[in-house]
Amino acid sequence: MASAEEIFEKVREALVEALGVDDDEVTPEATMVGDLGAESIDFLDIVFRLEKAFEIEIPRAELFPEDILTNAEYVEDGKVNANGLAELKKRMAFADLTKFEKNPVVSDFGNLLTVSDMCNFVATKLA
Amino acid sequence: MRWFWIDKFIEFESGKSAKSVKSITLAEEHLHDHFRAIPLMPHSLVIEGIAQTGGILVAEHNQFQEQVVLAKVSKAIFHTTASPGDTLTYSVTLNDIAENGAFISATSHLGDTLHAEVELIFAHLNQKQDEHRELFYPAQLLAMMRLLKLFDVGKNKDGSPMVPPDYMIQAEAELDAKVSGSSN
Repeated sequence: MASAEEIFEKVREALVEALGVDDDEVTPEATMVGDLGAESIDFLDIVFRLEKAFEIEIPRAELFPEDILTNAEYVEDGKVNANGLAELKKRMAFADLTKFEKNPVVSDFGNLLTVSDMCNFVATKLA
Repeated sequence: MRWFWIDKFIEFESGKSAKSVKSITLAEEHLHDHFRAIPLMPHSLVIEGIAQTGGILVAEHNQFQEQVVLAKVSKAIFHTTASPGDTLTYSVTLNDIAENGAFISATSHLGDTLHAEVELIFAHLNQKQDEHRELFYPAQLLAMMRLLKLFDVGKNKDGSPMVPPDYMIQAEAELDAKVSGSSN
């Protein structure tokens, strides 16, 4: 079982290679999109690197719950409703959704994930 | 006339790896003015050649039925330059392939010298069920693969010689019949 530190180091390495950022930019609090400049195609790159580094399989829907965010049952007027938030929490137990919950605008969802969330995600896959 | 930036495949193992060559000639117009009086093979076109080698490796994995596009150049390091008269060998390894894309690593060699190291990400374009949006017609694509000698060197996963998928052969036969019918 890898320690939190080992996981962070490998995640950092994957992000440095995939995003062309410096080591010291990859902090646990850094957001993937806002701080590190990840675009949608970069997530494909990152997923390939994490799968290789940790020898795990990452189904796309686990990291990016597009099906929830595009489901009329869960989204009203561009915002995720209470049922949607409950689904997101269930699916993304690794992510800290407290900030998003305050104003759950779908278009802001992409900027939610932090480096720390990515590490937590990997830890749940390794557990 | 097609956008070919490799001359032929010299090795091809389904789902695993591919090797192609690109012979550079002064007859290629882009060498005349890219840098005046210094005819260098542009690195961007080396990346394109590697993308063609890797893209075909990725596409063949799904019998050419996924639409494969180059999505990202993750890494491109050039150690030296190439000029007319040189032959580059592109070696591509398929690292991973998933439902939505693929990840390859590649090298370009000039003889024994490492010329470039490249990593690319390809995406599979989403296709809605009722939509038919082909990047290539199957018969045309098959003709291109034949020009690149893919089926002369290609091997399936079990080591048997690679042959074109049935639907491509059928499309080719239909096109041939149409052409010979219209010329009569």
